[in-house]
Amino acid sequence: MKKWQCVVCGWIYDEAEGAPEEGIPPGTAWDDVPDDFICPDCGVGKEDFEMVEI
Amino acid sequence: MSNSSAPMVIIGSGLAGYNLAKELRKLAPEQPLMMITADDGRNYSKPMLSTGYGKNKTADELALNSAAGMADTLNMTIRTNTRVTAIDPDAHQISLGDEVVEYSKLVLAWGAEAVGPRIDGDAQDLVFSINDLEDYGRFRAAADGKKRVLIMGAGLIGCEFANDMTAGGFECEVVAPCDQVFPTLLPVDAANAVQRGLEGIGVKFHLGPLVNRIERQGDGVVATLSNGDTVTADVVVSAIGLRPRLELAANAGIRVNQGIVADRLLQTSAEDVYTLGDCAEVEGRVLLYVLPLMAAARALAKTMTGTPTEVSYGVMPVTVKTPACPVVVSPAAADAAGRWIVEQEGNDVQAEFRNEAGDLLGYALTGAKVANKVALNKELPAIMP
Repeated sequence: MKKWQCVVCGWIYDEAEGAPEEGIPPGTAWDDVPDDFICPDCGVGKEDFEMVEI
Repeated sequence: MSNSSAPMVIIGSGLAGYNLAKELRKLAPEQPLMMITADDGRNYSKPMLSTGYGKNKTADELALNSAAGMADTLNMTIRTNTRVTAIDPDAHQISLGDEVVEYSKLVLAWGAEAVGPRIDGDAQDLVFSINDLEDYGRFRAAADGKKRVLIMGAGLIGCEFANDMTAGGFECEVVAPCDQVFPTLLPVDAANAVQRGLEGIGVKFHLGPLVNRIERQGDGVVATLSNGDTVTADVVVSAIGLRPRLELAANAGIRVNQGIVADRLLQTSAEDVYTLGDCAEVEGRVLLYVLPLMAAARALAKTMTGTPTEVSYGVMPVTVKTPACPVVVSPAAADAAGRWIVEQEGNDVQAEFRNEAGDLLGYALTGAKVANKVALNKELPAIMP
């Protein structure tokens, strides 16, 4: 399971945790997150996220 | 007279300008677009300036793309290091010194500037405000190898810098003429928790006095406070507030107040002139954050491409980047009537602002209580539905 970070505000999407408060169940791969998903902390779109290297 | 074959022109290359350009491109791939910016036009995230030292990032490393790269990706003309000197809304023209540029629509996205009276003394060149990527680069160069930083201002930016610079190995002292940190943003119990958290990592606070003078002393400075105390430092950061840039708009007869006045279509008082971001006052609100800016960029792009769309703001909590004591705050509206109900354990504060009926109108969470934001967000009203 990977982590993706918003390049604008640093919010992290952890595939294992999902984002249940945004309607994304745990275990949802980033590719499967809807295209209109926006960062809950700052509002930028999926295109402004990058995968975090562990 | 509007010349509809002239480009749409955006003044400003911050998050507001570039995100508007991106949203415009999604809706109108062929529309001629021009951006004009007084700085080098690099795309970067202002929130990331507050964690640069902790993440060990130079200014170059914080740049997401060059102006040339953005011009290429967005298929737009970008004029960097270029100042607009006048706006003529009736003629749909802007002046860049002697050069005149026509626009079909104009967007003012030039942000806010650091507030700061000149402090008396001979050390003005060692006082830095950090409000953009170039400022950050200049500060890093000046502070390289140094130890002590004096920070003027204990609001959001002052406290974030105090945390970040401490993480970067500096010793920070904060001076501000207020009773508590975050004087306008946080209720006192939450503010005090953040202060204790920052003091726990070595930040020293002088709350109450002003800095009266800053004078050179050796390679550094000595600051004299209004209570007679002195603080020695190697370099000074001024973080005492931001105000929307207004002058060029006011000179053009465009209505300004605290910010450039805009309705919910982001229109100013001048036809075909719009505004968004830190310089904008949208239906009375100046919100210096990214969430409202993004909502505005999406709505304005639709409006400018033929589908008038009012911006609305939902629930927009502010996340403060002070790892020593994390904070999430959703301030109540300025005219909200209610009271604070506070629960706390050490530096973990849950403060809820509720009216007589018990409705939640705002909150401030610190430390471990930040995890409760999801539940509280569900109870909050939209800021501008």
